[in-house]
Amino acid sequence: MSELTDPTKGYLSTRMLTVQLKRFDPEKDKEPHWQEFKVEARPIDRVLDVLMKVKWDQDDTIGLRKSCGHGICGSDAMRINGQNNLACKMIVQNLKSDKITVEPILGLPVIKDLIVDMKPFFDHYKSIMPFLVNNDPAPTTERLQTPEQRERFDDGTKCILCACCTTACPPFWGNREYVGPAAIVNAHRFIFDSRDQAAGERLEILNDAEGVWRCRTVFNCTSACPRGIKVTQLISEVKRALITGVVDVPQPDEVLA
Amino acid sequence: MNTPTYHRFDTIIVGSGGAGLMAALHSGKEVGTAVVSKLYPMRSHTGAAAGGIAAALSNIEDDSWENHAYDTIKGGDFVVDQTPVEILCREAVECIYDLEHMGLPFDRTPDGRISQRRFGGHTRPVPGDSSKREPVMRSCHAADRTGHMILQTLYQQCIKQGVTFFDEYHMLDLIMVEGECRGIVAIEIATGRLHVFHAKSVMLATGGFGRMFKVTSNAFALTGDGPAIAYRHGIPVEDMEFYQFHPTGIYRLGVLLTEGCRGDGGIMFNGKGERFMETYAPNMKELASRDVCSRSIYEEVRAGRGVSGKDFVYLDIRPSTINKYKSSPIHRDGLEVDDHFIESRLSESLELSRTYLGIDPLKEPMPIQPTAHYAMGGTPTDFETRVLRNASGEIVPGLYAAGESACVSVHGANRLGTNSLVDLVVFGRRAGKAMARFAKENDFKPIPKDAAAPTKKQIESVLSKPRTEPWIRIRDELQTVMMDECGVYRTAEGLGNASKTVAKLKKRYESTGIQDKGTVFNTGLLEYLELGCLIDLAAATVASAESRKESRGAHSREDFPDRDDVKHFNHTFATKEGDLGVKIDTRAVDVIYVEKDGQKVPKYPLEVRKY
Repeated sequence: MSELTDPTKGYLSTRMLTVQLKRFDPEKDKEPHWQEFKVEARPIDRVLDVLMKVKWDQDDTIGLRKSCGHGICGSDAMRINGQNNLACKMIVQNLKSDKITVEPILGLPVIKDLIVDMKPFFDHYKSIMPFLVNNDPAPTTERLQTPEQRERFDDGTKCILCACCTTACPPFWGNREYVGPAAIVNAHRFIFDSRDQAAGERLEILNDAEGVWRCRTVFNCTSACPRGIKVTQLISEVKRALITGVVDVPQPDEVLA
Repeated sequence: MNTPTYHRFDTIIVGSGGAGLMAALHSGKEVGTAVVSKLYPMRSHTGAAAGGIAAALSNIEDDSWENHAYDTIKGGDFVVDQTPVEILCREAVECIYDLEHMGLPFDRTPDGRISQRRFGGHTRPVPGDSSKREPVMRSCHAADRTGHMILQTLYQQCIKQGVTFFDEYHMLDLIMVEGECRGIVAIEIATGRLHVFHAKSVMLATGGFGRMFKVTSNAFALTGDGPAIAYRHGIPVEDMEFYQFHPTGIYRLGVLLTEGCRGDGGIMFNGKGERFMETYAPNMKELASRDVCSRSIYEEVRAGRGVSGKDFVYLDIRPSTINKYKSSPIHRDGLEVDDHFIESRLSESLELSRTYLGIDPLKEPMPIQPTAHYAMGGTPTDFETRVLRNASGEIVPGLYAAGESACVSVHGANRLGTNSLVDLVVFGRRAGKAMARFAKENDFKPIPKDAAAPTKKQIESVLSKPRTEPWIRIRDELQTVMMDECGVYRTAEGLGNASKTVAKLKKRYESTGIQDKGTVFNTGLLEYLELGCLIDLAAATVASAESRKESRGAHSREDFPDRDDVKHFNHTFATKEGDLGVKIDTRAVDVIYVEKDGQKVPKYPLEVRKY
């Protein structure tokens, strides 16, 4: 039995955490400020549970987004101990210290406490044509695609648009017109899909001063991605496609020809 | 509070999960359409669906939509409306191709077709011996994040088509005039401003309400807002007693480990290391339907055979175990399961286990327990997704519903795995088309000038009340009593206790307020209002469960252990009466008859349900 599922360890034992929370209420505050809360937490608790405990038991004015609670909806991206993550994907047991700092992700306007305005982020996403383009008449059944062709763009399909990557990116902090890693990952997902016909248009969009060349290969995006997407690598593949003019999608083998 | 902002659209869709987005695409092609959702589109819980979406494509094994229909009816323990089921299973096939054409990245077979896998309760007659049935590969999948891929693909298409979204607008009321639905009232979460959406028709696609139970796979957002608000306007909820507990929730956390784990050969063991499903479902074993598996786990735990005598069992997906029992379909081809195979097909489940349990499923089995998962019941509709006003089937003009918030009754007393995603796309699409037709045939009808007044009053009352106790305590007590008394097993006594408790909680709820009095992102206010929805739906659920004095599908009455087709082969309609009263009516099951030897006989005759 792992320690987390051992009731005496994972569920019954508790530890006192100090949560430093960055607060901002536009109706009361001129500037953001830190507020400290003490809260009892179990090793099995998610940081999201810890925050909800504070909100529900101590101060229900705290603003944060949440939904699925297990890392698939992308609502609760925040900066925890200086690193972007989803609050629901961090477990108390894995926290090194009893003190945690929680603040909103950087680079997007703060609306209230941990809630930022996601519109600029989604606008960048929408700008790269994030949808399949195929103007051939659709067959009566599925379009064929080999497992290798499907695998080619798999990594990007894992994206949940949480913004952890883009808001961890120093070039994005410096220039909010930059489309950012998440938008490039989603462009990659279609550029390298054998069924898509608009790779050229997407590459043209990204071959721009605010496009893929803003990337300085800092790798913050890759370490921040809660989905384990190799973000920097995908960006590099887009750069390579622009430099070489070749989009290397596996060719269908003879079975499909 | 300022004057509400007024909007006008032919069609308003509430909710941006699979059903809502599918409807938006189809309605949006023809008439003015807007989606109103309390979440950003990609945040909806369709994204959490893992294992797949069923359709009889016959890409790997010969199959037919008729097989799928039979399984769905049997899976629902026969209180399933058969016309919509046939629609579901027939249209599933073209919907899957539609999704593929939209770009959905399904996994592929070696010859480039959509890959399919086994799932609980999905069978076909054994070739050569049609008296027996065997598991069939019917579930189309994209790794074990099929729902996420569906949600993503539909949202992408909405962007392509330029669908209008009101993101983070929370519906608080329906505008009902002369028994017709003419719009909604919503609060813009970022500003606290009220908005009136005047529409020819409104669709409820708000998802489930698993948050009324303590251990659940459901998102925080799943509080049944659509059915609850309709219920307060006198619109019934159907079959609320049928609530599905999924057998393989992560111990105590409730987060789901996909049924795909078992489809690919995963085995459940009790504390004595026995494969207990051999006893309960000798033919289908772990691939019996979910209600059967969940009850089996409860039985093992009650008999003291949980792991270490506790209230959980193991789900084992180690390649060595799967190979030992030859439980994967690939064993038929003489192949063996290895780490890579499991990693590529069940990556999300592995990640969940590693994150939340600290267990690597390739090396250790995972502790699991049943988790509240899916509402078979909801707002009743016909198969055109039009909402029903009462048990005699009269409709509410202008109001539509689909997805988990609705009950078109294709799932009956127990839903088969993968059929929720089928339901979303098939009936989401039908809703979109039906609303577009309705908008073309009808004009806007007037709404009162002060349509938002009741909502304004409701909010002001919450904000002005003192906080006599944290409302979260009320929620915790509601979830506990529903889990304990209205969960997998039920008795008259337990339900009576639940009924009294819910009534008391409602009083306490109404007398306490909240701390946050602000207007910007007042999530305290919204969570409080969501709890109100859960309390009303819990009252309807308990009353429905009390009225069904038999055991069928997910509804197990210990005091009435048998199915009673004489008294209870029907649907339950619960209508609000007064503050907490619930009036129960019944509605006949839609049965299809066929001619056989000059006689009319049921196409899907009742049978004893065994797996």
